[in-house]
Amino acid sequence: MALIIRLLLCALLLLPVLGQAAVEVRQFDDPVTEQRYRDLTATLRCPKCENQAIDDSESPIATDMRERVYRQLQDGRSDKEILDFMVSRFGDYVLYNPRLEGRTLLLWGLPAGLVLLGALVVVFMVRARRRTSARDLSAEERQRLEALIKRERTE
Amino acid sequence: MKRRLLLLLPLIGFLVLGAFLYMGLSINPFDRDSALMAREFPDFELTTLEDPERVVDASLLEGEVTLVNVWGEWCPTCKQEMPQLLDLAEDGVRLVGVDYKDTREKGREFLAEFGNPFEVNIFDPEGSLGFDLGVYGAPETFLVDRDGIIRYHHTGYIRPEDVSETILPEVEKWR
Repeated sequence: MALIIRLLLCALLLLPVLGQAAVEVRQFDDPVTEQRYRDLTATLRCPKCENQAIDDSESPIATDMRERVYRQLQDGRSDKEILDFMVSRFGDYVLYNPRLEGRTLLLWGLPAGLVLLGALVVVFMVRARRRTSARDLSAEERQRLEALIKRERTE
Repeated sequence: MKRRLLLLLPLIGFLVLGAFLYMGLSINPFDRDSALMAREFPDFELTTLEDPERVVDASLLEGEVTLVNVWGEWCPTCKQEMPQLLDLAEDGVRLVGVDYKDTREKGREFLAEFGNPFEVNIFDPEGSLGFDLGVYGAPETFLVDRDGIIRYHHTGYIRPEDVSETILPEVEKWR
């Protein structure tokens, strides 16, 4: 019984792997172009299906886009030309990696900015704490301390 | 006291972020603007659905404000949308159809059954014009001004109230 359950669990784990094998088979002249095709189709977002790259969507528009990427690679276009081609039709929406430009500065800068801010806060806190603990007693405090000690001794 | 207030900062930050993300939940992801807004209608050279011999290009859309509707026989929403398009045609709006990824036969059947509000239909069996328009489903509707510039874009179903609330005012605006 336990063995059967274990086997079933293994089969379940295999499911996502099997599911991805749906898209068409392409012929490439060289492995570099094939890798570029894989990278491009993984970084282009399907405009219809909200959160899928075109390389694992079976939506008709994703199929069309893969076909265009393939054809343009065969025509010797550069990655940038292909991405520009898609953006000019479907908008920035299709880029999973937004470009670094004026409008996206906040998007790219915010995480780095927050990390920097956090680091500064930590540095300041550590310094402030160190200063309070290592500070010498002021004249007034010294007097008070001495008075307290004396009182103890005289009692 | 001041230090105490400082302790509230993370909570405030969290609330701001929470409000921001909450608003994001109610945004319709298909409401985004077309990338072709304020740009020229893409070049094409295709035959019409009505006449396989007649070749038309983008100059078809110049000279008058035109509503270009992308439809297909295979698209159920397009059928629901036809009464609204017929109303628009009756109101004197010039409509041009793009029969998208369809066969001539099916396209003609569709028009015979649901009515034909279009002055002419561009026949786009491969979806090449649709692709250049950034169409990722049907129906989609574009408003093109007299100079052939795209001025308004509607993704998906045109509801009866959209006709008077958005489409007609937009047509008027660019006339």
